Amino acid sequence: MSGNQAPEFTWPDDDISRVPYQVYTDADIYAREQAQIFQGPTWNFLCLEAELPNPGDYKTTFVGEASIIVTRDDDGAINGLLNRCAHKGALVCYKPCGNTRHLTCVYHNWSYDLDGNLAAVAFSKGVGGQGGLPDDFETAGHGLQRLRIETYRGLIFGTFSDATPAFADYMGPKLLASIDRVLIKPLKVLGYHSQMLPNNWKLYAENTRDSYHASLLHVFHNTFGIVRPNMRGGVQIADSGWHHRSYAERVPAGDVEIDKEKVRSLKNQYSLDDVSLMEHVEELGDTVTNSIQTVFPSLVIQQILNALAVRQLVPRGPDRSELFWTILGFEDDDDALLELRLKVNNLVGPAGFVSMEDGLAGGLVQRGAVADPAARTVMPMGGPGIEPSVGSRVTEAAVRGFWKGWRECMGI
Amino acid sequence: MNTDQSLRLRIEDLFTDYVHTIDDDRLEEWPDYFTDAGRYRIITRENHERGLPAALIYCDGKGMLRDRISAMRKANVFDPQTYCHTGGAVQVVGADDDGIQVRSNFTVIRTLSDGAMSTFACGRYLDRITEEDGALKFAERTVVIDSRRVDTLLVIPL
Repeated sequence: MSGNQAPEFTWPDDDISRVPYQVYTDADIYAREQAQIFQGPTWNFLCLEAELPNPGDYKTTFVGEASIIVTRDDDGAINGLLNRCAHKGALVCYKPCGNTRHLTCVYHNWSYDLDGNLAAVAFSKGVGGQGGLPDDFETAGHGLQRLRIETYRGLIFGTFSDATPAFADYMGPKLLASIDRVLIKPLKVLGYHSQMLPNNWKLYAENTRDSYHASLLHVFHNTFGIVRPNMRGGVQIADSGWHHRSYAERVPAGDVEIDKEKVRSLKNQYSLDDVSLMEHVEELGDTVTNSIQTVFPSLVIQQILNALAVRQLVPRGPDRSELFWTILGFEDDDDALLELRLKVNNLVGPAGFVSMEDGLAGGLVQRGAVADPAARTVMPMGGPGIEPSVGSRVTEAAVRGFWKGWRECMGI
Repeated sequence: MNTDQSLRLRIEDLFTDYVHTIDDDRLEEWPDYFTDAGRYRIITRENHERGLPAALIYCDGKGMLRDRISAMRKANVFDPQTYCHTGGAVQVVGADDDGIQVRSNFTVIRTLSDGAMSTFACGRYLDRITEEDGALKFAERTVVIDSRRVDTLLVIPL
């Protein structure tokens, strides 16, 4: 078979505005991403502190394909542990969440404390003097693999790598401030759901950074003035290029030429019978109607009107990914604000008026990409670099920033 | 609960008409199965059982029900698809001044334009049904889907 083996992938040149389709379809690249991106020098969103209020609370989550247990221990500290028994590699926790004193593998009852230390091994002394652990077996070296953890404004991040910089340095001041802007108070989880996307995880990572598409693909944005091409806003990009924030304000940016004949989303004008879901309580101290922020590689922090959520992207093979939505409010929301959030939430998620097409678009690219792995996308808008954009979201700079980060992690 | 058999038959007719309306793509008629203040939600079983309020779709009143259909027809973009509902296990669980409470099971097979078929959703309808001008209507229909995971997108109501 070696004669048929494809050569190891290399990026053909320095151009991050031309992405070879092979990166969306290739199983070897996908495997390397697990080690070099998800288990590389990156901060991966795990879950929220609000989901682990008490000692003993745990939740399982993912970093790439790896299953992770997040616990709150008796000291109140958060721990991130690889969910893989040191004995035979079975998942130790197979339930999504709960409260426990010990993490015990059901297969052979090896038991770990909430910090991941191996606390007990079943039949460690054997039975009747026969069997059991050898005398020189050290339990200290057989705990669950620990991740480094940082929390920021209620978000819990984990990394496998010692090389990952401190979270504040990883984000940079601009994009740290944009997290501060949204997560202003203690959070409350309003619900969960997930969405299987028929595309490589990177196509969704690109889509969230692609502020160019928002007013073109999503008719709702235009019709109801959440994001129009002529609304004031911009795209902030971390100096590293890895993370971004795109935002729009309900303030006209002046006369901007929009050719309605050519913009499909502006042609089919229609109105809502009930506009209550488009109400907006300006709770964050500004007039921003839409703020989408990424944290490389897998997190999106969303504010659309009063709909707050985090979205966690999990790869499920070269041509599949799963997007986990956690719908949020603040602990001190009154009934009226809660009801508004629940209504505005109709805009987002797998059934969202403005986001359901994101499930379609990535799949369309995935189906197109297979025709010729060596061919490349063309993403010149606002380019060719990763410069931030003030006043316009018609740019693909943040997408190019993603590819800069991807190449740096992959060494490609 | 001991229910008048004729009422039970009327409830089953309502359920049958409802699913045929969706499966036949006569969705403009779908809001008429609800009272003017009717509530419709699609919520995951996990959220429902944990008392978490966020739904995938939440319509509060007929205006929002109609908006779901007009958005689907005029705004949203998706692969052409059809549903086939099957249902059963109808159980009248109570009745009071607010209506009759009924639960039933459903399965939806979704077929896409390329021929791909999948079990798109299964779960329970939790209904509160009232009589309006001689017809039974949903004052509330909560669709509890067993899986938290939606394949690609959810655009046609369940």
